[in-house]
Amino acid sequence: MTDTLIVIQAASGELGKSDLSAVGFGLELASAAGGQLDLLLLGPGAEAQAGPAAALGARQVFTMGGAELETYTAEVFAGATAFFLEGRSYRCVGAATNSASREYFPRLAAVLDAPMASDVLEVESVDPDRAVFTRAVFVGNLLATVELEAPRVLVTCRASEFEPPPSSEAAPIEAVDAPGGLAHPGKAFVGIEAATSDRPDLKEADIIVSVGRGTRGPEEGIPLCERLADVLDAALGATRAVVDAGWMANEFQIGQTGKIVAPEVYIAIGLSGSIQHLAGMRNSRTIVAINKDPEAPIFEVADFGLVADLFDAVPELTAALEKRSG
Amino acid sequence: MKLLVTLKRTPQRDARIRIAEGGDSLDLDNIQFEVNPFDELAVEEALRIRETLGEAEVVVVTVGGEESQQQLVSAMAMGADRAVRIDGGGTLDSLQIARALAAVAAREEPDLVLSGKLAVDDECGQVPAMLAGLLGWPQANQASSIELSADGASVTVVCEVDAGLETLRLDLPALVTADLRLNEPRYASLPGIMKAKKKPVEVLAIEELCDPGATRSRVTGFRALQEKPPGAILGSVDELAEVLVEKKLI
Ligand SMILES: Cc1cc2nc3c(=O)[nH]c(=O)nc-3n(C[C@H](O)[C@H](O)[C@H](O)COP(=O)(O)OP(=O)(O)OC[C@H]3O[C@@H](n4cnc5c(N)ncnc54)[C@H](O)[C@@H]3O)c2cc1C
Ligand SMILES: Nc1ncnc2c1ncn2[C@@H]1O[C@H](COP(=O)(O)O)[C@@H](O)[C@H]1O
Repeated sequence: MTDTLIVIQAASGELGKSDLSAVGFGLELASAAGGQLDLLLLGPGAEAQAGPAAALGARQVFTMGGAELETYTAEVFAGATAFFLEGRSYRCVGAATNSASREYFPRLAAVLDAPMASDVLEVESVDPDRAVFTRAVFVGNLLATVELEAPRVLVTCRASEFEPPPSSEAAPIEAVDAPGGLAHPGKAFVGIEAATSDRPDLKEADIIVSVGRGTRGPEEGIPLCERLADVLDAALGATRAVVDAGWMANEFQIGQTGKIVAPEVYIAIGLSGSIQHLAGMRNSRTIVAINKDPEAPIFEVADFGLVADLFDAVPELTAALEKRSG
Repeated sequence: MKLLVTLKRTPQRDARIRIAEGGDSLDLDNIQFEVNPFDELAVEEALRIRETLGEAEVVVVTVGGEESQQQLVSAMAMGADRAVRIDGGGTLDSLQIARALAAVAAREEPDLVLSGKLAVDDECGQVPAMLAGLLGWPQANQASSIELSADGASVTVVCEVDAGLETLRLDLPALVTADLRLNEPRYASLPGIMKAKKKPVEVLAIEELCDPGATRSRVTGFRALQEKPPGAILGSVDELAEVLVEKKLI
């Protein structure tokens, strides 16, 4: 048992950046264990995504779709993955950390009786009976080494810490039938209220403009930041204070209880830099902070800081960048 | 109706945790502890459900040593009716904790289990979904609202997912984990604190409940984050624009 399986939630649309990173993570796991990588695409987008997925360096790509996998639920995904694993042996079963894998992976771990490491940042080693990973603990303030002792382990990865693999020769694709009876009789999916935005997705964006309480809301500073984001083709993010105030929807929250991001450039505007917020963005390549308080903790992690009133600085910066990009 | 709330003792939310000399453990000597913030939300939600119903029992449970008794008392001071502490001894991994909690659920037969979505110390976010998996119950994660149906047979839960807000309906018994916007936990009142001292805490050894199996996941060391060199404080917006363009950041 040296092979790795990466499970990808294939909703409609293309493979996302974090799916590609999860494949990169899978290749690292497989090489640490001395084996090969297979991919399992689950859901309505599985067939469409299989082609591109097959060109990422895996040995084989499996797809599973069908009526019961049309809508994601933790019970169905845990059940489908457990079914797929019957009679197949993998050393590591992995996925990117996201709101789905946060619930169906531990459920699967219980069903399979396998130990699990959540949201790992590094693969240290994978031996036949011990797998060692690095992960963040205590609101991202410390790194911990975690050792799992079992012949099969489950592991999710922080996608921003892993590189998408280069493209390679196409691997074979095999469709696997989903078994009946995956849906839990006691659970019904009622609906989803998803934000529609023309801006790039937070997890995919190269640049994020992130707003804090200092912007004083959608009537005052937030439109200024939106304009800056438009000029930069950046995604918008927010602190919890902004979301709790009802100024922006919950899916924009960055931090311990929001999304964890690591874009090329993170521009923090009118936010203090609480430890819970830093936990979600401190690994960004370059951090820029605009805050009127020189003592704000965000300056401790910023590569470039500007001590200024955002109501002056943000429009000026937008104008200056507009002029330069001509 | 019976509500079972799982809770964990964790260091205070803004505590600065240091690594002990040698690097394989933490220096927790001067650290204050509290109920994991997400579990506090779960306790609050259970109390609110009890208030809407007029009658219900709220039981809090933790797997932990004698020191975690304090956090059970805190939850009872908020209003929980009674507590169960499972003494595990040594280090238990998430699956072992989930097994112990599953055994308590089997004994107590709650209609709803409420948990925090994450423990702010280990940040695993594993135990509740493992527990739901062991019980074979439906689950909902990262709830920002929980509504009990009029007949008391199901809950409608709004979950904070990456794409937005997802609504699920779960038949009871079920397990739901709390996210930050679920509610604002109350402070314990003085009479609440006095009463909590008289409320019962049942203490059980883990072996009395289940065979926890072997510990297969362990933290074997800690490291500090890599120090980042201090950044540059720029003098003007123009300088910032220049840096961004020159360094090809944008
Ligand atoms: C368990 C738990 C989990 C949490 N999870 C998260 C999370 O995931 N994400 C998150 O963000 N928070 C989280 N929080 C909340 C966190 O602790 C902070 O309360 C929050 O991040 C603060 O948001 P803020 O920086 O926007 O507001 P503040 O801390 O109020 O900062 C506002 C900043 O704006 C600056 N400012 C004001 N006016 C101007 C101006 N005109 N020009 C320039 N600057 C100005 C001020 O100097 C200040 O630094 C969590 C808290 C807990 C307890
Ligand atoms: N030792 C424990 N005793 C009781 N509940 C726990 C324990 N550990 C974790 N939990 C529950 O599981 C949630 C998530 O914890 P974790 O999986 O450790 O991040 C916590 O918020 C608790 O509700």
